[in-house]
Amino acid sequence: MSERPTAPPLLDVRDLTTRFITPEGVFHAVEGLSFQLERGESLGLVGESGCGKSTAMLSLLRLLPAAGRIVGGQALLDGTDLFGLDESDMRAVRWHRISMIFQGAMNAFNPVRTVGAQIAEALVFHGLAQDRGEAQPRVDELLEMVGITGARGSQYPHQYSGGMRQRAMIAMALACSPQVVIADEPTTALDVMIQAQILELLERLQRELGLAVILVTHDLSVVAEVCHRVLVMYGGVLAESCEVDGIFNQPLHPYTRRLLAAFPDLSRPEGKLVSIPGYPPRLNALPPGCRFAPRCEEVHERCLQERPKPRQVLPGHWVACHLHEAGAANDRT
Amino acid sequence: MARRDYLLKRAAWSVLTILFVLILNFFLFRILPGDPTTSIAKDPRLDADTRAALAARFGLDKPLVLNVQGGGLFDSQLFAYVDRLAHGDLGVSFNYGRPVGEILGERIGNTVLLVLGGQLLAIILGVGLGLLAAWKNRTPLDTGAIIFSLTAWSLPTFWLGILLLIIGSTYFGLPTAGRQTVGMDYASVWAQAIDVGRHLLLPTLTFTIVLLGEYMLVMRSSVLEILSEDYILTAKAKGLSQGQILRHHALQNAMLPIVTLIALNLGFTVAGAIQVETVFSWPGVGSLIYEAVRRQDYPVLQGAFLVIAISVVAANLAADLVYGLLDPRIKSP
Repeated sequence: MSERPTAPPLLDVRDLTTRFITPEGVFHAVEGLSFQLERGESLGLVGESGCGKSTAMLSLLRLLPAAGRIVGGQALLDGTDLFGLDESDMRAVRWHRISMIFQGAMNAFNPVRTVGAQIAEALVFHGLAQDRGEAQPRVDELLEMVGITGARGSQYPHQYSGGMRQRAMIAMALACSPQVVIADEPTTALDVMIQAQILELLERLQRELGLAVILVTHDLSVVAEVCHRVLVMYGGVLAESCEVDGIFNQPLHPYTRRLLAAFPDLSRPEGKLVSIPGYPPRLNALPPGCRFAPRCEEVHERCLQERPKPRQVLPGHWVACHLHEAGAANDRT
Repeated sequence: MARRDYLLKRAAWSVLTILFVLILNFFLFRILPGDPTTSIAKDPRLDADTRAALAARFGLDKPLVLNVQGGGLFDSQLFAYVDRLAHGDLGVSFNYGRPVGEILGERIGNTVLLVLGGQLLAIILGVGLGLLAAWKNRTPLDTGAIIFSLTAWSLPTFWLGILLLIIGSTYFGLPTAGRQTVGMDYASVWAQAIDVGRHLLLPTLTFTIVLLGEYMLVMRSSVLEILSEDYILTAKAKGLSQGQILRHHALQNAMLPIVTLIALNLGFTVAGAIQVETVFSWPGVGSLIYEAVRRQDYPVLQGAFLVIAISVVAANLAADLVYGLLDPRIKSP
């Protein structure tokens, strides 16, 4: 769906559809999600808990839990469809080409092995070092890159603070110099000061190493700080995607607008925060029309029957909403 | 430094526990109804004079705790027992008329031969099978392993023993009782070892089967629990294969509950397997205790229980130390 005339994007996800098939029914976690990621670009993936953003990311690495199935779509990394690879080729892609920053502050490190050993393991597995000893200089270098002295590599995760663990997690994610780094809620469960440090670190590394980063978060302020482009998901589908300024200055989808109204705005301290009434849709019992229709203030007849498709209504600005038919973009800011 | 303090504290607690058990044992067996002199004489028609003489010979005429009738306050059964123990003397068996230390020495060797062999086999097979079942979770192999383990675990020991005894002796010509063939002249140590081995086969097998199920089930659930941890997802994302994840990230963590179980079971090694030893007439500690209870042989019971208490306490101490090695979060070694 991209009309960019330049080289093909680094990562081109087309119509990704992921379902969970469970005894309680089929959960449509991600439906027809398409997006592109350019080299060196930082993309924010935003939405409420359970909107499918983490599922979409785990789908890219094919790390879904047993019940999860990628039922359709393609994920082209430099032209190779990741969903067509066999398991051993896929293992070679993981971490070496696409790595993931989990919530390191929580339990992403094995508690009984040293942090250094766990970073070295990735290097040895992907053939970047013969053994632990040979990996050591690189491990030290990685740790120092995120502001941890190399000597602390021989310590265990429980001897680190939450912020340090998250930085070590970032160091580990960069071990094999991947092209794409997916950061899944990297600042959740950290206090505000540490959050700012981690974001700053991520942004600096992204710039210096020319990484393409997908930042998964439910926090729009994080996106505003770090990302070039934003993708808003609601109920497993794309709601809106555009340059980061567009989201804040000219949000088109009613959901995006409600989402922004639910965040504090420092320039309008007297403005009231408004929560969105209702609940996100249950992914095993979706409404037939637009998934946001039951909570939308601007809902009309068509929204209840027909599912809106993403359309490019302004240059680089995509939205899936019947209010914004192609070319008929009405300015509502 | 912290390690030495920890060890000293653990050791002090161990000694206190053993002292407590030592005193408890003394009273425990004297609460049993009946009069030991009846079984000592092995004849119910004993006249009162002989009975009194027997009681006096074994010190049973003295008061239990404190002598308030004269002849010194501490001239009692309890203090005589403690005094002898302090000199390393476990007393003389009522039944065998031989020193308890000597009898226990013979029996413990036999028991360790049987129980340790069975335990080791059960641990190796059970842990291996549990790991395999967890790896092949929700496959017919897993289901089969669970059914086998539950069945093995719920079989009555004596029933399985009798069954194996019948099958082994009828179809495989294996001996039915004792430690070695009675009255046999061995050409060499080898010949004797083979004979003992043949006697050992069936009781060990019984013991192994009965214990196997528990190890397998605990190991399986332990591994499954670990496999659902966040750091296992990290390991997968790093590109590790299922086998590498099991070896490098699951095994060590999953061993913790198994170590507890092994320590508890090994601690009771010297207690023998009363049922197995009785069915196969194996001259071990288990059958000794069984016989001693029937005959109210206080010194043998006290001695045997003391040795059991010491080995249970020692096994727990060992488990604590192994914990420290397996899990760096435990601050011991």
